[in-house]
Amino acid sequence: MKRSRFPFYMTIAILVFFYLPIVIVFTQSFNASRFGGTWKGFTFDWYFKLFSDKNIWHAFSNTLIIAFSSTAVSVVLGTLSAFALYKYKTKLQITHNILVYLPLVMPDILMGISLLLFFVSLKLELGLFTILLAHITFSISYVAMVVLGRFQDFDYSIFEAALDLGATWWTAVKKIMIPYLMPGIAAGGLLAFTLSLDDFVITFFVSGPDSTTLPLYIYSMMRHGSPSVINALSVIMVLFTFVVVFISKKLLEVKE
Amino acid sequence: MSLQGLKKRKSEVLISVSPMGWLFIFFVIPTFLVIAMAFRSADPYGGIGEQWTLNTLKDLRNPNYPLIIWRTVWLSIISTAICILTAIPAAYYISRIKKKYQDIILLFIIVPFWINFLIRIFAWKVFLHPEGMFKQLLVTLHISGPDSLLLYRPEAVLVVIVYSYLPFALLPIYASAEKFDFHLMEAAYDLGAGRLQAFIRVFIPGIRQGLLTAIIVVFIPALGSYVIPDIVGGPSAEMIGNKIAQRTFIDRNLPHASALSAILAFAVIIPSALALTRRFFKEKNSGSLGI
Repeated sequence: MKRSRFPFYMTIAILVFFYLPIVIVFTQSFNASRFGGTWKGFTFDWYFKLFSDKNIWHAFSNTLIIAFSSTAVSVVLGTLSAFALYKYKTKLQITHNILVYLPLVMPDILMGISLLLFFVSLKLELGLFTILLAHITFSISYVAMVVLGRFQDFDYSIFEAALDLGATWWTAVKKIMIPYLMPGIAAGGLLAFTLSLDDFVITFFVSGPDSTTLPLYIYSMMRHGSPSVINALSVIMVLFTFVVVFISKKLLEVKE
Repeated sequence: MSLQGLKKRKSEVLISVSPMGWLFIFFVIPTFLVIAMAFRSADPYGGIGEQWTLNTLKDLRNPNYPLIIWRTVWLSIISTAICILTAIPAAYYISRIKKKYQDIILLFIIVPFWINFLIRIFAWKVFLHPEGMFKQLLVTLHISGPDSLLLYRPEAVLVVIVYSYLPFALLPIYASAEKFDFHLMEAAYDLGAGRLQAFIRVFIPGIRQGLLTAIIVVFIPALGSYVIPDIVGGPSAEMIGNKIAQRTFIDRNLPHASALSAILAFAVIIPSALALTRRFFKEKNSGSLGI
């Protein structure tokens, strides 16, 4: 039977829909006109304005501090969690499983307000530290899920063989399990890192006066600043993402 | 319990205690706190008062709230429906082409979503801006009048919600479609089914697990939308998330924000619990039937 062309057209339409706004932002970042109703000539002005803004660099360094430290902690906790979920099939692990799943379906705004109330009740001062606690909390589940996926193909008998041959439990973990899990741990860590870089809503709720991260700064620019400067920033961030993804792909290819 | 079993139990608890403890302290307690704080009074300094009260709940009888809750629900339902209805044919197409091209198209679908969430929404604001190119084009083509607004209305919110969550619908539906045995479609044609009939009665039931996942991952975040209506919506397109943020940041009335959040939490818990129990019963039944 002749196939319908409709699914093909729908796929093309979706791809156009996905790229249209991004193309607009790219062209606007070089347009001398502020809102781009018309083309008023090519310019790099918005990029110069962007690089002369000192606050951006401060926000960027805050973002990196939080992303690196929250990734480090959540990778450890998430991997432990995946190990327990894989190894033990007890009632405790059923509860554990639900506990790991729930944050994944919780809308950001609910997690943000609940953590804010928690920190306010504890009289904790809002700032980089509370942002860090929040980021670790939402990253654990993602790391656990990714590492658990890798565990699913792990042959536990190899681990037991190492123990039988006289390895201590810790040596077997270090020499057998962790090397096997490494691609999963790396992927989980990369996911946690990008989620932390990207998060706006939860950070917005638990941040303090001097703990502006890049997404928070972008938001305040969107409300009060010049849209053209954000266009320029967007282009730089998109290019940055491509470079990071390209490098991580190359690294993974070399390993395999 | 044997000594070995006891030892095993001890190491299980040792390993589980730190992730479970963390999630208990920073996820479970705060979530219950949201519900508890709805029964507290606000203090004048933007904190939480000492007394327990029902007044906060009474304050929810704001005449605007039913309208905002209704708007939140219908925007979420319609955006979920649009995501599902466009994702199905696309997933069908992608899963039928060569594996090499499948990977390329999937990459093209994922790439835009590496871009920061705020920037993607902002791109729509630039795109729909009253002085922007798209508006000018519509005016030149006489599709829209020079005074009509594309931004700051519920339709703009709808488009951007679909834009933000469509990949999350597309990926699980594609994952099921990719596993679907397309010979079943041929069999349906041979048995006399038309193209549409085979699609609806063979293909759709074949990918229902992916459809269910897609509905959950679009509908729940859509209910909790806050940034999207905040940036492209304006006052006539506010959703419940905007009200929670306003009570938190503008009036600094945390108990009131908690009461609203508690409503949202129930709206989220009910559909996810339904989906989970459905899946649970399905696994149970299919196990006994051997499917």
